[in-house]
Amino acid sequence: MAAETPLTGRIRPGSEPMWIDEYEAHGGYQALRKAVGKMKKKEVQGVVKESGLMGRGGAGFPTGVKWGFTPMGDDAVHPKYFIANADEMEPGAFKDRFLMEGDPHQLVEGLAVSSYAIGADVAYIFLRNHYRLARKRLERAIEEAYRQNYLGKNVLGSGYNLEMRLHISAGRYICGEETALISALEGNRPIPRAKPPFPGASGLFGMPTVVNNVETLCNVPHIVKNGAEWFQGLSKTDQAGTKVYGVSGRVNKPGCFELPMGTTIREILEHAGGMTDGYKFRGVLPGGGSTDFLVDEHLDLAMDYQTIQGAGSRFGTGTMIVLDDKTCPVAFVANLMKFFGQESCGWCTPCREGLPWLARVLYAIERGEGKASDLDLLSGHTDKIWIGKTYCALAPGAIEPLQSALKYFREDFEDHIQNKRCRWS
Amino acid sequence: MVTIFIDGVAYDVDGEHNLLKTALELGFNVPYFCWHPALHSVGACRQCAVKQFKDENDTKGKLVMSCMTPLTDGMHVSLADPEAQAFRASVIEWLMLNHPHDCPICDEGGECHLQDMTVMSGHNYRRNVFPKRTYISQDLGPFIHHEMNRCIQCYRCVRYYRDYAGGDDLQEFAGHDNVFFGRYKDGALESPHSGNLVEICPTGVFTDKTFKQHAVRKWDLQTAPAICTHCSLGCNITPGERYGTLRRIRNRYNGDVNGYFLCDRGRFGYEFVNDDKRIRKSVMRYGGSATETDAATAASKAGELVSAATRVIGIGSPRATLESNWALRDLVGEGNFYAGVSDRQEALTEQAVGMVRDGVLSGATLAEVEQADAVLVLGEDPVNTAPRLELALRQASRRAPIREAGERVHVPEWKDKALRVTVQDKRGPLFVASPYATSLDRIATDALRRAPADIARFGYAVAHELDEKMPEVSGLSDDEHQLALRVATALRNAEQPLLVSGTSLGSEEVLGAARAVAEALAGRKASARQFLVLPEYNSAGLALLEPRPFSEAIALAGRYRGEDGDGTSTVAVILENDLYRRESKDVVDGFLGNVRSIVIDHSDSRTAEKAEIVLAAATFAEGSGTAVNNEGRAQRSLRVADPSAEILDSWRWLRQLAGDTEAVLDSVIDALVADLPQFEGIKECAPPATARTGGRKVPRQMPRYSGRTSMHAARDVTDHQAPADEDTPMGYSMEGHHHAAPSSLMTDYWASGWNSVQALNRFQEEIAGPLRGGNPGVQLLSGNRAAGSGMASANRPAPAIPEAFSPRDGSLYMAPHYHIFGSEPTSARGRAVALRAEEPYVGISSRRAGELGVRGGEPLQVALEAAEGTSRTVTLPARVMPELPPDVGCLPVGLDDEYFTLPAWATISAANKGGSA
Repeated sequence: MAAETPLTGRIRPGSEPMWIDEYEAHGGYQALRKAVGKMKKKEVQGVVKESGLMGRGGAGFPTGVKWGFTPMGDDAVHPKYFIANADEMEPGAFKDRFLMEGDPHQLVEGLAVSSYAIGADVAYIFLRNHYRLARKRLERAIEEAYRQNYLGKNVLGSGYNLEMRLHISAGRYICGEETALISALEGNRPIPRAKPPFPGASGLFGMPTVVNNVETLCNVPHIVKNGAEWFQGLSKTDQAGTKVYGVSGRVNKPGCFELPMGTTIREILEHAGGMTDGYKFRGVLPGGGSTDFLVDEHLDLAMDYQTIQGAGSRFGTGTMIVLDDKTCPVAFVANLMKFFGQESCGWCTPCREGLPWLARVLYAIERGEGKASDLDLLSGHTDKIWIGKTYCALAPGAIEPLQSALKYFREDFEDHIQNKRCRWS
Repeated sequence: MVTIFIDGVAYDVDGEHNLLKTALELGFNVPYFCWHPALHSVGACRQCAVKQFKDENDTKGKLVMSCMTPLTDGMHVSLADPEAQAFRASVIEWLMLNHPHDCPICDEGGECHLQDMTVMSGHNYRRNVFPKRTYISQDLGPFIHHEMNRCIQCYRCVRYYRDYAGGDDLQEFAGHDNVFFGRYKDGALESPHSGNLVEICPTGVFTDKTFKQHAVRKWDLQTAPAICTHCSLGCNITPGERYGTLRRIRNRYNGDVNGYFLCDRGRFGYEFVNDDKRIRKSVMRYGGSATETDAATAASKAGELVSAATRVIGIGSPRATLESNWALRDLVGEGNFYAGVSDRQEALTEQAVGMVRDGVLSGATLAEVEQADAVLVLGEDPVNTAPRLELALRQASRRAPIREAGERVHVPEWKDKALRVTVQDKRGPLFVASPYATSLDRIATDALRRAPADIARFGYAVAHELDEKMPEVSGLSDDEHQLALRVATALRNAEQPLLVSGTSLGSEEVLGAARAVAEALAGRKASARQFLVLPEYNSAGLALLEPRPFSEAIALAGRYRGEDGDGTSTVAVILENDLYRRESKDVVDGFLGNVRSIVIDHSDSRTAEKAEIVLAAATFAEGSGTAVNNEGRAQRSLRVADPSAEILDSWRWLRQLAGDTEAVLDSVIDALVADLPQFEGIKECAPPATARTGGRKVPRQMPRYSGRTSMHAARDVTDHQAPADEDTPMGYSMEGHHHAAPSSLMTDYWASGWNSVQALNRFQEEIAGPLRGGNPGVQLLSGNRAAGSGMASANRPAPAIPEAFSPRDGSLYMAPHYHIFGSEPTSARGRAVALRAEEPYVGISSRRAGELGVRGGEPLQVALEAAEGTSRTVTLPARVMPELPPDVGCLPVGLDDEYFTLPAWATISAANKGGSA
């Protein structure tokens, strides 16, 4: 395994993943053997916290800190739950799919070790409905892990019991929001929950629960095995680890690339083979569909949480979508807005009513039916549909591409309105 | 207490609440939708946004939803902040994108929370140019009209219907901007509390379908404070009247009784008032012919009949007011006043009222029922006999887990969604013992199915487990013993244990056992309470007048008839009663044949058809008086409509027969209290007719009441003088001081900017707390509130534990089974309730059905044992009720014309097959 690509090193795109024997031969389940029953739970938490691992699902919250919210000790309530958030539906994101299809045991091991760290009794993998191949592979990996007693009763004789279940989502974007995911897993509508209480105190079925992204969990075995310092050393910046970056759009080699955290956008685009001939780079949503555009001036920024935030966007899932010079930014944003409006759970007013309205206005502009006042209407909404004003982060996420498009591509909007047509169609 | 700063002004407030509730209580206008005082905060609609600052130096601040914001000492918030105001206007703009704006044809118009909030937010110009969303609405049955296009997706309906009321056939469907609230397919809403959707919905999605046929605007209705007559709980209601017809019933908040909610029987059971079968004019019968006659002639003829009679007996009624029953008792004399109910019902009522009067345990108000954290329901079926109690018990069943969750996760109780997430579907201890399935079974810790005698024995076993001085029950099964132990432990460990029992099983043994449990609990638990369901509206009031048993009247009439020979000189004055619902046809035929009867009633009945004189009586809509509810609370009900000259209050007829032609309500109350000083308290139920608020009567009409001078224009164009009302302190006028009225006279909640039912917030001492000036009603049974006086069992003989139920070969023990729709006769006369009433049936266990070889719906012959070895036979379709103990059956009460004394043994045979069980 190449040291620089711990997460993807075992993956052989286009071929079968490593099943149990091969996985074990390549260092698999050593972290689990090292941790379960041999390390105290708090020690496992400690090394992950020390490593500086931050959530790879979009919010970038320190993983060890999140684990620390669950009640520990002999008088802690049970059952406790650990959930792998495999409901990858962020526009532009396919990194978790790559990891699950390519190395399913890595997730199973990561989830098991993480479950041990908080003393979880049951672990769930909440998988996106459409990830059929990942489903098949995870099912087999779980079964193999049970057979080797990496899961189940009395794991490796440690006295620790862990059941692991694969749950197939009914399929909504909002299920990726961790509290909506919990609601869905309970069999309820996927409506997010207000915090507090946090899932660490009252999550699945009202019990202490941790939800972590697939990529986050895949890091855990490597951290436990190689230590916090090793993990920090992988990065180019002070935010530790590698990152499975993704690139889509009109580039020569769209795909996933595991690179040191803090690799610049330009370098990542180079890994993706640069722009397709005849297309010029115009902008990029750096962290998936729900992040603000960055443009030329940002290409040499390091792709990490802090730097991207400093530039007025979000690191998100680290899976960028490139806007080229032959694609209409209004249509681009309208399409995203329509998606987010459709994926609203329908609970809070700004998201349920506001996003579809914005989508209609954007499509009207795109069709050449826009009015001058529409720009005020759009920009007025970017203020009002924002964190704290909406119930969860879905709608603010939908606003991010719009507000940044209004900032960087305003002339395109004005051109549509003034000339009553889209100049790309 | 904490100090908070709202727009720079300091307020000292209770820190336990959220900012929205507190701001509303302080009198601020904060718009909201998803929040409701009984449903609390979920933060969905985002309408109640305000700005919160870090401290007094912070000028930027951030928007927060006030319903989701806990109070902290020294917090600074602004309601007037421009960004907050603009955001609130935006929320309305979003909500109005798709709202059809069909206010002129919407029944909610004029009392619509959405209208109020729209005006309050300042949003008024539509920017949306796109087509509006539309839905296909559903037929939700006879009670609720559905118009989904008006929906603003506040989720209150499902939160009320599912989370609060435990219904499961109303749901949110689909997602994003297409969420639909309805049933999975058309059909009547199944919850017995569905009518509250009308008041829960902030706009016109769910409206009152019975109102729809004769809807008028809120301000065109005359209203008065009234008491629901359809069960013994005495829920406070506001009837609305226009053009002489009763148009609808709305909830009238009473923090001790019904709070925010009514049951569907109470809300929709009013249609009998407008029914064709109403007796609108008095009738005299000579020979075979009946003649309608004016009130004066009828009164004088009835007076002659009474004074000419050798003997006059009075048959009272639990559905008539205290004043009417007393006036009858006064007319005929104490010794000639009889209960107009079966002897069994009278004895059971006396037994239950005795428990209340003795204060074995403190009586629980419905509000206190909701706070109970362990409940034993012994032989009662609340949803069918006292439906509002069932809704309260549903809240009680969540108390224990809510407390546990609060301790574990520290979620304040007003954070409804967070609490529900933590509590999930956990329920606290709630045990039900009943022969048949009840609506509470699904939320019960355990439900015991036994014959009444075994339910009683189980009660005694619980009593023994609570207090070993109580006698032990021998011969219990292990399961029964274990369950009794678990019930006793749950009651003992609870902070506020509650015992619920009542009269509906027709079993003195069950009530005896309830008393034993109460006595055992009283010694153990000072905080324990009891709640006893009585048969009817004013059962307690009638019992307190100590009538003689009806059977004595029947026997006496027979004896006198024998003495009199052919002609009878016994006159029976029958008050608001259909005796054919009280005794079997033969018995009543015999009784009515032995007397000359005067019936005072508002609706036609077989009893009225046989009367020599029928005096047209007022319903609650045209009449006034006092009733005593199951907990001993006397409450005044005041007429909403001016009756025609032909319809009088029953008590007024009776005073006229007694020669008192000047009687008014207060004079009757004075005379009643002079006669029976224990009723002194009823004077305080409501102010006397002479009371004035700001020099005027309290108006029944709103200031905006329209058409007063033209209402009669089709008949004549003179300006009619408003009718006088010498009985109540209310006027048939729009003039007067609406909102300075005492709480007992308050009906039309209306405040500046608040035209919907939500205006109530402005009239409570604390939101969801008592009304300003205190909740109306006076506790008459003083023993009731003495906490756990415990009536030492030493003072009473040891209770007689009944023998275990023993099956009889070839027989079934038939228990009475009440139904929310149909068993109560006045509400069942209404069109909508009648549509929801079931067909009569005979309930048998699966085993018996198998033995008889019958399936559901096939006819069964039921031969019921009646008095002295006789039996009465009816044929009814079978209903297989798998939960029934094998040797127990049941018959529905009041669904058809036949009266049965129940419980009773019966032989059952398949009508077509000749087999017998």
